[in-house]
Amino acid sequence: MAALAKIALAYVMGRKRQTLVSVLGVTMGVGFFIGIAAMMQGFQQFFIQKIIDVSPHVTIRDEYREAPRQPAAMGYRGAAIELRGIKPKDEPRGIRSARRIIDALSRRSDLAVGPTLTGQAFLRYGGKDTGVTLLGIDPAREARVSNLVNDLVEGKLSDLQSNPNGIIIGKGIAKKTGLKRGDYVSVVSSAGVILRMKVVGVFETGILALDDRQAYVRLKKNQVLQRRENVINQIRLRLADVEQAERVAREIEARYRYRTESWKETQKNVLSIFVIQNGVMYTSVGAIMLVAGFGIYNIISTVVNEKRHDIAILKSIGFSERDIRIIFLLQGLMAGVAGCLLGWALGRGIIEGLASVRLDIEQIIRTQGFILNRSFWNYAIAGALAIIAATVSAWLPARKAAAVDPVDIIRGAA
Amino acid sequence: MSAEPGKPGAMDAGRARGQRPARPVVELDHVTRILTDEPQPVTLVRDITLRVDEGEFMAITGPSGSGKSSLIYLIGLLDSPTSGRIILDGIDTSRADKARKERLRLTRIGFVFQFHFLLPEFTALENVLLPMRKLGALSDRAMLARGLDLLGQFGLSDAAAKKPHQLSGGERQRVAIARALANDPLLLVADEPTGNLDSKNSELVFSLFDRLAREAGKTVISVTHDPEMARMTHRQIRILDGALVADSG
Ligand SMILES: Nc1ncnc2c1ncn2[C@@H]1O[C@H](COP(=O)(O)OP(=O)(O)OP(=O)(O)O)[C@@H](O)[C@H]1O
Ligand SMILES: [Mg+2]
Repeated sequence: MAALAKIALAYVMGRKRQTLVSVLGVTMGVGFFIGIAAMMQGFQQFFIQKIIDVSPHVTIRDEYREAPRQPAAMGYRGAAIELRGIKPKDEPRGIRSARRIIDALSRRSDLAVGPTLTGQAFLRYGGKDTGVTLLGIDPAREARVSNLVNDLVEGKLSDLQSNPNGIIIGKGIAKKTGLKRGDYVSVVSSAGVILRMKVVGVFETGILALDDRQAYVRLKKNQVLQRRENVINQIRLRLADVEQAERVAREIEARYRYRTESWKETQKNVLSIFVIQNGVMYTSVGAIMLVAGFGIYNIISTVVNEKRHDIAILKSIGFSERDIRIIFLLQGLMAGVAGCLLGWALGRGIIEGLASVRLDIEQIIRTQGFILNRSFWNYAIAGALAIIAATVSAWLPARKAAAVDPVDIIRGAA
Repeated sequence: MSAEPGKPGAMDAGRARGQRPARPVVELDHVTRILTDEPQPVTLVRDITLRVDEGEFMAITGPSGSGKSSLIYLIGLLDSPTSGRIILDGIDTSRADKARKERLRLTRIGFVFQFHFLLPEFTALENVLLPMRKLGALSDRAMLARGLDLLGQFGLSDAAAKKPHQLSGGERQRVAIARALANDPLLLVADEPTGNLDSKNSELVFSLFDRLAREAGKTVISVTHDPEMARMTHRQIRILDGALVADSG
């Protein structure tokens, strides 16, 4: 084996420049993979963590997944009956018997329950209207349902308790309107009710969609604003174990029939964008690796052709076909390992470079600089990819080398 | 390459055969080699039966295109006969698999070609060490000592650290012979080893072969065009159109 490695190394060193080029190809693939993966996974994990922190793990909504069935069809199950022109009953929106559901769920120890009424409203301040989504909440319960308590940058959640006319607004809204804690603002609901409310707090989650659009008032106040006395249209749940979200959602929907979403379903648009993003990343890194693989294939093929005499003499000495194959596979492996090591360094460099960049990012989320995932696994995956690509690329020329017939070569030279 | 004790060094191997039962090293039994993948089948070697003993130094002669190289590739197990058997050191190679033949080439046979065929990236010493490294029977130190010893015997002590391109043609061919002897083979086969050398170097190579046969008991079979070189051997066979037509032994 030592002899084979020596020969492989000599061949690599005999073509330093070309080898370097193919090694650099691998380096790029590995380095960019690590850099880009760190950035994208960092962002995605941050986002998912935020979503899990900020929004309910499970939301029960005042709607059904399927249109209600016709009474006739219910009367004659399995029969081919359809009455045309029937209008669905105009149910008042809201979760009926919400109290019962909330009481039942409140008895469970694996989750916290937050009854909510959501609705649209304008904040009228300084001659400007700013649209917001108003969440009417029970402040005491809310503390256990979302991370709002920790996201408050001004004021306290209990201020909502002590101040029935209080409103907590997102940081983006505060910035846009100029509202500060202690200011009074007119809240105009889509139902046409106007209330004068006092800003008691400002929250910042880091997710722009929330910070720019959401405001919290007491449940009772929103019911007044929306003209929906005693109505609850969302029951938001927070689980002790977020992994159970899907299961709990299915279970609740099966029991109460209301559409119940886990956070994954609520955020499925964003999550599916992540899937596409990752697909694009892996495809481009794969393409770089493929090109690097071609580079390695190319150089090893060249060496094999150039070294046919050597191969013939090695075989005449008694080196086996397997030995010859190993020599050239080793050559690919060396390029792969070298590219992998350099790529690790490059990837590390990219990460540190990105980490040192200070800039205010306000796209989907707000951060100062990039959020990076420095997972060891990205190094391992990139390294494995590089070495596999290099070895696979070396395989064909190595096989060709092993098949060289020494008699043909020696005859040709004589 | 150590001289074997008890070997009648000065004695002609041909006569030695007559005095006591000599050990056959190579036996060809009705060997024929036909190339069938050509448009017209080409017969390279035609029904040759031949026995070469331990310590013999034999020349294969014949006109160009008569099949000398083809025969030596068969003897060296680089090629396989279409029919007939080749028995090497008592082992019937027609029944040996690829791995067995590779092993035999590594341990029992040394090859020397017309062109030196040294690996250009390696020094003379590294080239000589190559077969030993592949065999892996000796420690690194023992290999090194043996390699230097072999080079020294061929007057190449100063060439050990040189790359092939820094050596003369004659020196290269001697390095190639040293490499062929690295694993102390039974049989040395050469295909026109002096084809590229001047008469002085050619004589040097053939006297080396002579010494190997006489003193170390190696069996040496060499193809040659040169009648003068052929005269330095102990036995000459003549090939014509793939067939054995004359045997001085
Ligand atoms: N691959 C091949 N295809 C067709 N004919 C071949 C092939 N190899 C060898 N031959 C023919 O077989 C014959 C024997 O070739 P070989 O090389 O053994 O002769 P040789 O005696 O060594 O000749 P030289 O003295 O010129 O080296 C030649 O006529 C050659 O043309
Ligand atoms: Mg020839």
